[in-house]
Amino acid sequence: MLDALLTLVIVLLKIVALLVPLMVAVAYLTFAERKIIGYIQGRVGPLHVGPRGWLQPIADAVKLIFKEIIIPAGANRFLFLLAPMLAMGPSIAAWAVMPFGDNLYVTDIDAGLLYVLAVTSLSVYGIIIAGWASNSKYAFLGALRSAAQVVSYEIAMGFALVGVLLAAGSMNLREIVLSQEGSLLHWFWLPLLPLFVVYFIAGLAETNRAPFDLAEGESEIVAGFHVEYSGMSFGVFFLAEYANMILISMLTSLMFLGGWLSPFQGIPLLESLFSWVPGIVWLLLKTSFFLLLFLWIRATFPRYRYDQLMRLGWKILIPITIVWLLVVGAAVVGGLGPWFDGA
Amino acid sequence: MNFEQLLFYLFAAALLGSALMVITLRNPVHAALSLVLTFFSGAALWLLLEAEFLAITLVLVYVGAVMVLFLFVVMMLDINLAQLREGFVKLLPVGVVVALLVIGMMVYVVGPGNFGLEKFAEPVGHSADYSNTKELGRVLYTVYVYPFEIAAVILLVAIIAAISLALRKRPQGKRQDPDLQIAVRKKDRLRIVANNPKGQPGSNAGDKK
Repeated sequence: MLDALLTLVIVLLKIVALLVPLMVAVAYLTFAERKIIGYIQGRVGPLHVGPRGWLQPIADAVKLIFKEIIIPAGANRFLFLLAPMLAMGPSIAAWAVMPFGDNLYVTDIDAGLLYVLAVTSLSVYGIIIAGWASNSKYAFLGALRSAAQVVSYEIAMGFALVGVLLAAGSMNLREIVLSQEGSLLHWFWLPLLPLFVVYFIAGLAETNRAPFDLAEGESEIVAGFHVEYSGMSFGVFFLAEYANMILISMLTSLMFLGGWLSPFQGIPLLESLFSWVPGIVWLLLKTSFFLLLFLWIRATFPRYRYDQLMRLGWKILIPITIVWLLVVGAAVVGGLGPWFDGA
Repeated sequence: MNFEQLLFYLFAAALLGSALMVITLRNPVHAALSLVLTFFSGAALWLLLEAEFLAITLVLVYVGAVMVLFLFVVMMLDINLAQLREGFVKLLPVGVVVALLVIGMMVYVVGPGNFGLEKFAEPVGHSADYSNTKELGRVLYTVYVYPFEIAAVILLVAIIAAISLALRKRPQGKRQDPDLQIAVRKKDRLRIVANNPKGQPGSNAGDKK
């Protein structure tokens, strides 16, 4: 009994140790987004709260918490309040299997990759239910767009992940990283380059980020699925979206850029010079790079039109992944070096 | 009662309760959401059987994709319940007969007589390095490779048939050809007209339309 209690306490502590930095990261990702997009567009971004605007996310959070949550008269009360939680739940649950280092994880399950894919596919329910329960035309349009978009891009995403598990020979995220050991050229970005690109594009679409933010589409359908939400119920949707962005970025770096492995591995002098750097630093650096890419893309590209979105997903991304799966399969069977000759 | 049993009863209760709600709730969207919960509880039960691949795939395919499309359709339907209930009394006897037949069949197949420890040995727990995925893959691609491939081909045929049934070109319909759109050059769309630089009347006529 005492043992079970101890395990429970340790697991809870691990979860807190994961979630608190995650929430801080989400808060400061919003700040980074406003600053970076500001500089890209020749503005300076938030500047006034705290030194150089650094307390802006805190102020935003306080504002959202103290605002009233308005429930529209025609809305389905239960589902209206359930929707933000359904959006938030999966984007946190997926973090359970993320490894941050060789011995740094909350759980280490065998089918980690599949689990992540399944759990992230649930987050669409938050959006669909929000759109329907709001009993509003714009919200409903956003929900319908999101449902079609997520189902379409999930296929491309799933196929890209099949390529990764073919290459790694495992669905365990830790083993996927370890199978990329060697050097920068051993990482899977090189043999799986098309899948790497497809996965990141599908990730953009899965998180409803620009240029795939049709579910929001503020210039067409006001704010899409969350148009009727206010205060913290609105804030929770954003927490979920940003947590998902960080999740996708970290998954991309785990699967294609060697996770916590040092980029200087295998280079004679630099390897020993940088060997003191802990692995998690490399992982976070790679994750930040992809997050920057998320913001950069948002500041650069206009939103896709709906039919263009479907065309890209079904007629371009999915055929590319299928063809490259055949290539990867042949390479694994043929033991193509330096990636697949070990297994 | 150990923790696993507790989980089993919890999810089994959730499964039965939500399955009951699927057929009793008035609102079709609520019914579809209950079906989501049913699938989810089913996946949890499979997980207790150490069938993690099947469990996660159930969530991924049924909850993550099939039910999303289901909801997509159900939300857009304008269902008139009064119309649906018309003729309920008239058709009741037929319904009762069909229901009794189905119940009889189910009792025959999954009734208590077919289960129990004397029919099946108690399942043994596997060690931590047991991989349900590998086990399944090994069986599926060796012993059952022909049924598996045939099932795949049948599904492919169904997909192609569904697309060819749904895809029809309407004569007056407007279609976009992305190749033509991409191939457009500046000179196809833009005509540069010499402007009158002296500021005489009519020089900025273009602005005042």
